[in-house]
Amino acid sequence: MPKAYIKIRQEKCKSCSLCIISCPQNLIRMSIDHINPLGYAPVEFVDPDGECKGCKMCAEICPDLCILVYREKKMK
Amino acid sequence: MNRKMMKGNIAIAEGAIHAGCRHYFGYPITPQNDIPEYLSAELPKIGGVFVQAESEIASINMILGASAAGARSMTSSSGPGVSLMQEGISYLAGSEVPAVIVDVSRTGPGLGGIAPTQGDYKQVTSGGGHGDYYTITLAPSSVQEMFELVQTAFDLADKYRNPAILLTDAILGQMKEPVVIGPRPEPTVQEKPWALTGNKGRSSNVVKSLFLGDGEMEIQNWKLAEKYERLRAEDTMYEEMWMDDAEFIIVSFGSCSRMVQSAIRLAREDGLKVGLIRPITIYPFPEKIIKKRTDSINKVLVVEMNTGQMVKDVKISVSRNADVFLYARPGGALPTPLEILEQIKKYY
Amino acid sequence: MTVPEITMEEVYSRPKVLKDVDFHFCPGCQHGTTHKLVAEAIDESKIQDRTIGVAGVGCCVFLYNYLDIDVLEAPHGRACAEATGIKRVHPDKIVFTYQGDGDLAAIGMAETVHTANRGENVTVIFVNNTLYGMTGGQMAPTTLLGQKTTTSPYGRNFKGDGYPIRMSEMLATLEGSAFVARVACNTPANVIKAKKVIKKAFKMQIENMGFSFVEILSACPTNWKIDPVAASRKVSEEMIPYFPLGIFKERTTADYL
Repeated sequence: MPKAYIKIRQEKCKSCSLCIISCPQNLIRMSIDHINPLGYAPVEFVDPDGECKGCKMCAEICPDLCILVYREKKMK
Repeated sequence: MNRKMMKGNIAIAEGAIHAGCRHYFGYPITPQNDIPEYLSAELPKIGGVFVQAESEIASINMILGASAAGARSMTSSSGPGVSLMQEGISYLAGSEVPAVIVDVSRTGPGLGGIAPTQGDYKQVTSGGGHGDYYTITLAPSSVQEMFELVQTAFDLADKYRNPAILLTDAILGQMKEPVVIGPRPEPTVQEKPWALTGNKGRSSNVVKSLFLGDGEMEIQNWKLAEKYERLRAEDTMYEEMWMDDAEFIIVSFGSCSRMVQSAIRLAREDGLKVGLIRPITIYPFPEKIIKKRTDSINKVLVVEMNTGQMVKDVKISVSRNADVFLYARPGGALPTPLEILEQIKKYY
Repeated sequence: MTVPEITMEEVYSRPKVLKDVDFHFCPGCQHGTTHKLVAEAIDESKIQDRTIGVAGVGCCVFLYNYLDIDVLEAPHGRACAEATGIKRVHPDKIVFTYQGDGDLAAIGMAETVHTANRGENVTVIFVNNTLYGMTGGQMAPTTLLGQKTTTSPYGRNFKGDGYPIRMSEMLATLEGSAFVARVACNTPANVIKAKKVIKKAFKMQIENMGFSFVEILSACPTNWKIDPVAASRKVSEEMIPYFPLGIFKERTTADYL
């Protein structure tokens, strides 16, 4: 189970790429294989090694609220 | 009820208070400074708000805000200031927000002078600003009417959710006459479900005049046009004097109609059967009564204090066979009853 | 031995007062970010049902499409006058304006200065992107020296065009201003700082401290004719040196004579 992950609403992404340059772990990249209904190539989250820390930098910078961030919450 | 000697401008200010107006935003300009000066002293005493704005543009926009928030708000100015307010007035009409604007006319165009005139007639009755709208316009001819018609202006503005102008001039503003006046009533709370008050317990209200959607603006324009139809049908006001046996009609409004009344008294002494139709709302213009009367009377003299503005509206109102004559005096000149009598005799 | 449950919690979500409507703004435009921050400030201050917004004219006009609050659409430049009118009728409501640089600093300069000078207890959100965005990129009072726009094709020249106006510094000199700050939202760190400042501006109004003003430096990739990443860099490298970030005035008591 990864410590944190993000969900990107790809159909609303305008490909501005500000999240790509904001992620300290470089876990976001522009997709190369599809265009969304708005006509943009949306960004995608690629984190095979579970490095995402849930720092929310991507979500803070996204002007279009395309990114939701989830972090581990330990409960007893 | 008391009879109190009042100056015209003060009667307007006091009338606004009687109408429940507790928010005034204005700017100094001759010849109406009595209005902001009086309200700056009176409104704080009764929990009201007076703001001297930085310009007439700021004034009309503060009015837009205050009225959109649900208050009965008023501003006052003279011709040059009302010119500055035209965009704001257009926004008031387009956003369907009520407000009262008082225009105490002075001579123009430009800086003009400070003498009385009726030269703002065409500006206020044709809407004045951009777009398909009109302002409800009332023209008092006595200090008593200054007191009463400002209250009517508030009522009509609220009824139609449209700006209303009280059109008067320097002489009515500055003269003193006795006014029948009672104590100030408590303001009644008006239900304005469209107003901006915070969306607690309801969905959000938006007050706007931008309609970009396909076909939206045309729908809105026809909605406003239908409103003005109702206004014309239900709230046109005028006064007829000596019309029962009249063979010659004078049409005149505001202060000028007072000189006309004196002239008619003189004419009647000479056996001339002259009558007066005095528009009280100049928008909507009383075209129906003028058409009706000119079906049987075919001579109309328009007397006004400008170079000829209301005469156009009279010409399109009269019956086909009626002749319309004009006696106009602009630039602050007040036509005397004897001059007007001479004109009556010329055309009778 | 109990195994601790691990669940994921959502740590970044859409503010409640923001309608579920997609922003029409251009890619990389910080109007979306600013709307988000204003929405978060309203949510966290729990003032949604007593907040009234006034939208200026420009890309800022669509405020009412995005925030679920009462909104008045003002004529170009006049939002501060409208806000004055509304606040004088409802002193207990939270009233804010949302304006661009042409709206607030050109045609609306008199209304802005006098609303601040009277110390009207309203909050002004001022989005500065150095030009008129909606109308296609004309020169604004905030256009930088040498900057080419559609009405300064040879670059803004001091002779004839004057220097760009620093609104925050100017308004901070007025006694009526209670809180004046400039922020940016071109990097995540700046966004986080901007959110705190915007929330503080609303707090000043809630505490009846007087006029609060937040200038937000924003990119305009479309009219600057560069991509959003380069535009974000332009804010850092060209705008911030001339329009420094910071809090220029912060009144701590309501007495200010």
